[in-house]
Amino acid sequence: MKTEQKTAKALGSKKMNSNTLLLVITVVLFAVMYAAGCVVYASKGFTHAQTFLNILNNNAGLVCVACGMTCVMLTGGIDISVGSLIALDCMLLAWGTGQGISAAVMCALVIVLGIVFGLVQGFCVGYLNIQPFIVTMAGMFFARGMTAVVSTNQLSITQDTSALFYGWANAKIQLPAFLGYVNSKGKLQIPYIRVSVVIALAVLILIFLILRYTRFGRSLYAVGGSEQSAAMMGLDVKKAKMKAYVLSSFLCSIGGICYCLNTMSGSVSQATGLEMDAIASCVIGGTLLTGGVGNVFGSFFGVLINGTISSLVKTNGKLASSWPNILTAVLLCFFIVLQSVFAHLKEKNK
Amino acid sequence: MDKLKKLSKQQLFLPIMCVLLVLAVNIVYDISQGNPFYSFFRITMENGLLSGRLVSIINRGSEVAILAIGMTLVVSASGGTDISVGSVMSLCASFCCMLVAGFGVSSVSSADEFAMPLVVGLLGALLMGCLCGAFNGALVAYLDIQPMVATLILWSAARAIGLLLCNNLIVYIRVPEYGVFGGYIGFMPTPIIIAAVCVLAVSLVLKKTAMGMYVQAVGINKKASRIAGLNSRRIIFMCYFLCGVCAAIAGIVNSSRITSADSNNIGLNMELDAILAVALGGNSLGGGRFNLAGSIIGAYTIQAITTTMYNLGVSSAVSPVFKAVVVIVIVAIQSQPLQNWIKKHRAHAAGKEAAKV
Amino acid sequence: MTFPGVKALDNVDFTLRKGEIHALMGENGAGKSTLIKCLTGINDFEAGEIRVAGVEGPVKNHSTLDAQKVGISTVYQEVNLCPNLSVAENLYIGREPMTKLRTIDRAAMFEKAAELTKRLDIKVDVTQNLENYSLAIQQMIAIARAVDMDCKVLILDEPTSSLDDTEVEKLFQMMRSLKEHGVGIVFVTHFLEQVYAVCDRITVLRNGTLVGEYPVAELPRVKLVAAMMGKDFDDLAAIKNESTTCGSEAPIEIEASGLSHRGTIKPFDLKIHKGEVIGLTGLLGSGRSELARTIYGADKATSGKLKVGEKDVKINQPLDAMNLGMGMLPDDRKAEGIIGDLSVRENIILALQAKRGMFHQLSREKQNEIADRYIDLVQIKTASRETPIKQLSGGNQQKAILARWLATDPDFLILDEPTRGIDIGTKTEIQKLIVQLAAEGKSVMFISSEIEEMLRTCNRMVVLRDGAKVGELDGELTQSRVMAAIAGGADTAGEQAGGVNHG
Repeated sequence: MKTEQKTAKALGSKKMNSNTLLLVITVVLFAVMYAAGCVVYASKGFTHAQTFLNILNNNAGLVCVACGMTCVMLTGGIDISVGSLIALDCMLLAWGTGQGISAAVMCALVIVLGIVFGLVQGFCVGYLNIQPFIVTMAGMFFARGMTAVVSTNQLSITQDTSALFYGWANAKIQLPAFLGYVNSKGKLQIPYIRVSVVIALAVLILIFLILRYTRFGRSLYAVGGSEQSAAMMGLDVKKAKMKAYVLSSFLCSIGGICYCLNTMSGSVSQATGLEMDAIASCVIGGTLLTGGVGNVFGSFFGVLINGTISSLVKTNGKLASSWPNILTAVLLCFFIVLQSVFAHLKEKNK
Repeated sequence: MDKLKKLSKQQLFLPIMCVLLVLAVNIVYDISQGNPFYSFFRITMENGLLSGRLVSIINRGSEVAILAIGMTLVVSASGGTDISVGSVMSLCASFCCMLVAGFGVSSVSSADEFAMPLVVGLLGALLMGCLCGAFNGALVAYLDIQPMVATLILWSAARAIGLLLCNNLIVYIRVPEYGVFGGYIGFMPTPIIIAAVCVLAVSLVLKKTAMGMYVQAVGINKKASRIAGLNSRRIIFMCYFLCGVCAAIAGIVNSSRITSADSNNIGLNMELDAILAVALGGNSLGGGRFNLAGSIIGAYTIQAITTTMYNLGVSSAVSPVFKAVVVIVIVAIQSQPLQNWIKKHRAHAAGKEAAKV
Repeated sequence: MTFPGVKALDNVDFTLRKGEIHALMGENGAGKSTLIKCLTGINDFEAGEIRVAGVEGPVKNHSTLDAQKVGISTVYQEVNLCPNLSVAENLYIGREPMTKLRTIDRAAMFEKAAELTKRLDIKVDVTQNLENYSLAIQQMIAIARAVDMDCKVLILDEPTSSLDDTEVEKLFQMMRSLKEHGVGIVFVTHFLEQVYAVCDRITVLRNGTLVGEYPVAELPRVKLVAAMMGKDFDDLAAIKNESTTCGSEAPIEIEASGLSHRGTIKPFDLKIHKGEVIGLTGLLGSGRSELARTIYGADKATSGKLKVGEKDVKINQPLDAMNLGMGMLPDDRKAEGIIGDLSVRENIILALQAKRGMFHQLSREKQNEIADRYIDLVQIKTASRETPIKQLSGGNQQKAILARWLATDPDFLILDEPTRGIDIGTKTEIQKLIVQLAAEGKSVMFISSEIEEMLRTCNRMVVLRDGAKVGELDGELTQSRVMAAIAGGADTAGEQAGGVNHG
């Protein structure tokens, strides 16, 4: 096809604009960071494939949340309720399975809860035109408080309370053996990923396809690009915004299940600051805070950077546990300022 | 009916209604418990200290009231909120304790063990508050970043930095000189005095300088203010700066109350309380006209709600649920689409009525 | 459609024929945009009806979507497209070609978009983001979108304001080819040459009423300007110049040399004498406001020098200008003038307070006294001095802003469209005030769309066109001379000859 060829050419010759530049900075940053980790901590096994896979294993939930966050941020909004919602999800899962309810039923329930939660938030943002920050901040406190309503104790999911959930959590999907290494005891360690990673990657690809190939996905970009224009071109801006928040909370619930598969417990203080990691991942991954630009793969790299930071801090072993938080905030600050500078330059060039 | 309508348009209507509601709940609760209905208001002297439920509310509400001052200015000037206040409180408290106790020391029980004089610690905390405020202000005023995104950075980082400063410990300063800021001077709870001084100082500044008008003018119309000779950016910066200072003072009070710096718990969820206080005070979260008195009443109302819920046996972890619902309801009522809808509905109803006649 | 106190559009007939380009002309507040908004369903109208060929009965649009359904599409000055999406998406968003799986068929979309742009002779790569292209291209993409939606009527609302000459020519080619395909085009512009270059007919509106509909050939430029600005050409002789005379021997108050602001106003030289009323004239978009804003520092000058009195000065922000004794009443009262929720008192004393600084607050008594004095002096009709200014009528708001500046006792006052959108009585009062200020030895820079006002009050006029100062008029100011200078171009050569000192 002629147009296809043209398309390919155009993509090849596409000028490097500030948005792609942001993404490139991110990818390079990740590569440099990881490479530095490999050099400095080679003796501690940072070079093994499993180290990388563990970043995925540990952050599968965050990947889902970041995908949802990307959708919301594309419309120019933000959702800071995600961390608390995950805490609520985990708590419900732990509590429900403790009551003897099947894990499958609880998962379905949690997902429905996410959708309802998103509907309310989306309605407030889209139809009542309230600042997203205020709405989702209220949502954040609401969900965190509801977690305490369920229980203020730390509830665990064990093999006894739910064999099914336990089974999911401990399932290892092994990768080809040549990626493995022989440990100090002379035993071959075959690298593996968890079930949650599969879910997260599926979500990632699905959201990528939705954002690129459906009307809904494109309407998110349009709303973020210019709300007024989108309305002028006949798009239902309010509905699109609401759907974005529903999608975010829905994905957050899926992320909550993934998260719970890792922690196998529910407690009030769980996943505090996760919204920060999700937002930082998106911003680092090139999603503009003003909306309209960004994609989930960028956010995925953001999550990887986030994961690498914690992995590095953990491997070091001597650094305080608050360092990942601080570093993430510093990175977020850097990218926010970078975005602002780019925006100013763009304005000036006009 | 008309009078009621007029009354409901008054700016202080909302907070005063809430206060009355909370009082009513308390009175009903007291009666149901077999206490005299006035027990809520009873002020007594116990061991030479002022006490009673009302005193306790005003005492405990001091931090929120102090935060509400800064938050009111920030909301008015920039139409956004500073969500970092809770974390900044924690950071300032940690910094203060770290300076006084010395890095890595987890407990100090007499003034002889101080690494630095207490004054240095307090000044350090204030300075840290200034720094945080300046950081937020610079991002918002000079880099044009949305207020809540800008303050999100410190919201997450400040607490973590505080932990770092305290070497991941809870630093105890069990010294009466430190405890006084959260304790008593004579029979008066000190936090009440500190809050009163802050409120008075800011009111005085607002009254004696043109700051109040400047802030409102910038919040209402940034462009027109600039043409009329105001330096809009500097004014917004100033508001965030002041908010940082308020957070520092609140942090010191809170930490002094527990004579320690508990990074994970000082100022937790305080940003919600502060924002709620501003909204409850009848101020629009979209910026513009503000009423400091309203915010202060709002702050104490929130404390009353918190205390009442605590008395009713609601866990402190659960109370954010109610506060969140209140915030959303208030903001939803303020929102333009709902107002328009109500207007339309009323006009419709009035039209029907007119048609009947 | 009525706005409080003023009817925005009153009994206007407008007819667009198939396959013609019809210019809709008028100054600010003439009702052009209101008419367009009624046609496209953004505003409701109260009386009258709209008929569209091929649609039965009168049409009443409630949204732009309704309008598009009956074939009326609009392209605005600020392009209403999404810059972050590709060209093809902007063309087809909301109606993309779909695959069987209900997903967007991107290949088909790109192909269709490529075909469309090729047919309309727009040279773009449809896969690129819209923001990578110039405004002209974006404008054409917007038109292409309208065309592809089978529009019969295309409204172009000031599409050329931000385009350069070659881009405008491209746009015109496109308009002509659309015309040949039978599309009726309503063209709103401030550039007279463009009207004569491409239009068939002209409808002129003024103050919300219809002045007339003319074939282009029957309405030469000067007559068009006269129609827009409010005096019949034949009446011109009757106008008497009442302005006070002021010699150029008076000391110079402000001297600008080579001052410019990138993108809006080209470098200009200007001398303003003490006690002089200097008028800035030119059509909307000629740079008359921008010139004033650059002097005042509302837009920071990108080059050039400014002298106030004898001193070289640097103005970085309005406060600097205020401290040099300047004041400016901006043209957009709502956006840059009033501070809506503040009281009349606060609005009046704001500038004086800003000049004194935050820590030297005027006492409340002093504030009340000043507010009362000026409410009385310029006769602001308000319930009390504590009434929020947004509750006042436009004229009274304007007077309050004027009072704000008078309270600072300026030496040089810039008044940008002080008389727009206010009633006749207030207009006269403001003009009187201007003359009075000049008599007191203050300099005034006066900008107005109504030439008559300027003739009455100004000693000297500066003419602007396309962001450049093109001349100064002094001596005997007459309407014909001014209009000729504004209109420029060939068919006014006769009237233009004397008195225009090209600067």
